[in-house]
Amino acid sequence: MGALTLGRLALLAGLAGVLLAPWHGMEDAAALAAWPRAEAAPLAALLADGERWWMWPAVGLLALAALPLVRGRMAGGLVAACGAAILAIVFLQGQAIGLRGLAWPALAPLLGTPAPQPALGWGGALVLAAAAGLIASGLAQRGRFGGDAFIAFLVVGSAGLLLLFVFVPLLTILSAAAIEDGRLAPGALAARLAAHEAWSLACVTTHQGCGVVWNTLLLACLAAAASTLIGLAFALLSARGGVRAQPAFRAMTILPLITPPFVVSLALIVLFGRTGLVTTAMWDWFGIPRSRWIYGLPGVLLAQVLAQAPIAFVLLEGAVRAIGPSLEEAAATMGARHFVVFRTVTWPLLRPALAACLLLGFVESLSDFGNPLVLGGDFDVLSTRIFFAIAGARHEPGRAAALALLLLALTFGAFALQALWLGRRRYTTVTGKGDSGVPAPLPRGLRISCGAVAWPWMGFTATVYGIILVGGFVHDIGRGDMAFTWRHILTGFEVEWRDGIAFRGSAWDSLFTTLEVAAISAPLTAGLGILLAWLLARQSFPGRGALEFMAMLSFAIPGTVVGVSYIMAFNEPPVELTGTALILVVCFVFRNLPVGVRGGIAALAQIDKSLDEASATMGGGAVQTLRRVVLPLLRPAIVAALAFSFVHAMTAVSAVIFLVSARHNLATVYIVGRVEAGEMALAIAYCTVLILVMLAVVLGIERIVGRAQLGRRPAPLRAGA
Amino acid sequence: MTDAAIRFERVTKAFGVVRAVDDLTFDLPRGALVTLLGPSGCGKTTTLRLVAGLELPTEGRIEIEGGDVTRLAAAERRIAMVFQSYALFPHMTVLENVSYGLVVGGARRQSAEGEAQAMLKTLGLEGLGARLPAELSGGQQQRVAVARALVLRPKVLLFDEPLSNLDARLRRRVREDIRDLQKRLGLSVVYVTHDQQEALAVSDLLVVMRDGRIAQKGTPTELYDDPADAFVADFMGEANVLEGEVLASDGGMGRIAVGGAVLEAPMRAHPAGRASLAVRPEAIRLVSAEQGAGLPGRVQRAAFLGQTREYEVATEAGMLFVVTPAAAPAWEEGAEVLCRMERVIPLRT
Repeated sequence: MGALTLGRLALLAGLAGVLLAPWHGMEDAAALAAWPRAEAAPLAALLADGERWWMWPAVGLLALAALPLVRGRMAGGLVAACGAAILAIVFLQGQAIGLRGLAWPALAPLLGTPAPQPALGWGGALVLAAAAGLIASGLAQRGRFGGDAFIAFLVVGSAGLLLLFVFVPLLTILSAAAIEDGRLAPGALAARLAAHEAWSLACVTTHQGCGVVWNTLLLACLAAAASTLIGLAFALLSARGGVRAQPAFRAMTILPLITPPFVVSLALIVLFGRTGLVTTAMWDWFGIPRSRWIYGLPGVLLAQVLAQAPIAFVLLEGAVRAIGPSLEEAAATMGARHFVVFRTVTWPLLRPALAACLLLGFVESLSDFGNPLVLGGDFDVLSTRIFFAIAGARHEPGRAAALALLLLALTFGAFALQALWLGRRRYTTVTGKGDSGVPAPLPRGLRISCGAVAWPWMGFTATVYGIILVGGFVHDIGRGDMAFTWRHILTGFEVEWRDGIAFRGSAWDSLFTTLEVAAISAPLTAGLGILLAWLLARQSFPGRGALEFMAMLSFAIPGTVVGVSYIMAFNEPPVELTGTALILVVCFVFRNLPVGVRGGIAALAQIDKSLDEASATMGGGAVQTLRRVVLPLLRPAIVAALAFSFVHAMTAVSAVIFLVSARHNLATVYIVGRVEAGEMALAIAYCTVLILVMLAVVLGIERIVGRAQLGRRPAPLRAGA
Repeated sequence: MTDAAIRFERVTKAFGVVRAVDDLTFDLPRGALVTLLGPSGCGKTTTLRLVAGLELPTEGRIEIEGGDVTRLAAAERRIAMVFQSYALFPHMTVLENVSYGLVVGGARRQSAEGEAQAMLKTLGLEGLGARLPAELSGGQQQRVAVARALVLRPKVLLFDEPLSNLDARLRRRVREDIRDLQKRLGLSVVYVTHDQQEALAVSDLLVVMRDGRIAQKGTPTELYDDPADAFVADFMGEANVLEGEVLASDGGMGRIAVGGAVLEAPMRAHPAGRASLAVRPEAIRLVSAEQGAGLPGRVQRAAFLGQTREYEVATEAGMLFVVTPAAAPAWEEGAEVLCRMERVIPLRT
């Protein structure tokens, strides 16, 4: 695309943003009827009425940029400068004049006492997009970005979006932690970060609970260790144990991907709660008294390990299979026995994968929110404490922000540790040369102990998922009443035929919203992710490293932190999104973006760069090359990204629990609500429906492109290898 | 309108602190096959990519057929390139590959495919249009890549080491095909290779590059017989470089002193005095020690290679590498011989 074309398109968008689209107001269809007056008034109408007079400079700049664009003689520097200035004016005036009038008293001499103004609407969005277009077009005309305006626009646009939706929320939460009563208070920040509730060591000496930081760390360490051990047992059995149970192993790996993360908690309550099946049996048969042991560390740990062990299995199985048999054969020919071979060759080669696996389990446990919420009882971790600081009896955003910072620091610490560790040592076991040896079988003792761990665990997993499948269709599984009934399904999903179809079940609304949000955000995530991957892998431009960092940043931010930062950042003008469905979509897109980007980059690494260049030399511009060459070759990666973001949008709970509203509720949040209200059976019935929907989606996608690579997070090991 | 197909004016391309192409200025004529030659890292591929628009220069100005293309993206330059890997689109058939450039250029699919079919026929690929690239042999893939480039009627056709993925036997045939095609259609071609034999065989004009600059430019014979310096002499084929003295030279026969011997040999005019002298291995004749004038030496190693024999001869002037036709008399290791020079090249540096 030529710079001039992009400039003119940007100009059109800018004109539409000024003349047509409502300047304020995002999604209220009713207000649109008032156009072009009142709430739906475009900027032009407001200016004509003498309001928003401080926007005249922006309009003037648009006209200034229009002169060279219309004449067809680009002046790149001027156009880019106009775009940047418009961007600055729109944002600054939005910050300066908010819902309560002038927010920055320092500007009073200049602006007087302007009337309050609400958040930016579609008009504002269009003008901002136009400004980005002008900047890109100007830069491209100056020969930046290889002179390609399309690439320039992609870079400027995605950088802007990432700044707004990843970076600004982080900054907001940082500043929120340091603000008390509307003033900057470093003392308050220090006090909050060092709070007793976070760091108390009371549990060591007394019966009181410890600080949430210690709780979180303890839980994360235990969950990481247990899930890695169990995953390893499965991996060794599957890859080296000569076991013929691959279908069962596969089923175990796919189930956790398509279940909402807290579903296992429900099953655990049904099994081990005070009136649970196992608890009752124990009481009836052995006289073991009923207790609430499942609510607390043991329960949360069990639930997290149930969810994480299959992922550890997938990671470690890959690592075990990647060890070239010739290495082990070499050791054997030098006289080493089975167990010595395992101890001296296989095990050391597995260590990087084990470390990666531990770290992944650790990070997943840190960011887990659903299980501690449902099963935690008095055992609070950071993610739940953050939630209650916002949604509990007392609304304390400063405290929530400080706790979020602590959680963020733990997560970043883990990733930094991993980077350090993987940075220092890299074992490449896949050399690219054919390795035709026979893998060494497991030593006998090890095989037996692996089996002793793996088979009972598989039985346990099967029971847990069995409970979920059955629980929705019996009277009251919580009390052992196993008579078949459609009651719970009907409560949630009743449909009536009376003058057409009527969805009367209480769960329909949230299911429809969930499907809609997932269906909208998945293509956006995949699209933006693949485009970003293409930019990062194929184009060289100044600031590429920064763009990559921002694109990957949200990968390391726990969902709870994202949720808190979003409600803090987007609750007031100029960008006000809370309570809309848009904020859910935005949240999902930017949370799942890193997976799409990584998948895209990995796939692009397999595609020779000369294909792009060949297209360019034959006259294919960036758009044509992307459409005809790159995207068709990236199809598997695109589909994987689509499936991942769809499934994740349907199962996520930690970030969105802060962002849902009465009008836009999501399935997972609805289920958590049912659990809190004690309606366990309805919750389980809903889970069953969700799992079936996602299974249908994943299987449908698998049918289209064969076995797509689905994973909660991509293996961090690969990033290093 | 100038005669130059491509003109570089003080072009520099820097990657960080590395200047891959350093202040390069040249004109390449139209309708000729010009080869950029040099060791890896000399900047020849970067130069080609600068012509293609796959890199934009840090400084300087590039013209194609008289038009300034310095800031033009690759897609707008009307050049075509055959890549080392061929870069055939694996998800398109041969016909789709060849018509790709026409289609993205806005041609109707039907007319584009018609032209593509005709081009496939020109290159002897008729009947293969429906295949995927993976179903073709290496030589066929190479011709599809050429067809795909030619169908666009480019102002300049660029080849980036097009033969390196072919086996030795095929390489010779394909390079002759390329040369025939270029002559038949009068194309302006820029060809990059690191193989001097390939370069000598196909080129009208050779540009030897070193460290991002031109070491020497000329016809194949000029470069082989009259290299400017030791680097070019060595790169254009094996050369023995001797330190000696020019006693007299008038452009025909010259007299030189090397290793204590005074020899007469054909050489171009050069002022008398000390000089570096290059002698090609095949320009040295070995005769028996009794036969009078020559640089005396002793055969250190002898090898028989079928068509030729190779010797290493220790002389006062240093070790000489000598290649003789197999039909010439053979020498045992340890034999005492005289070396006679049939052509001596005084080097300028």
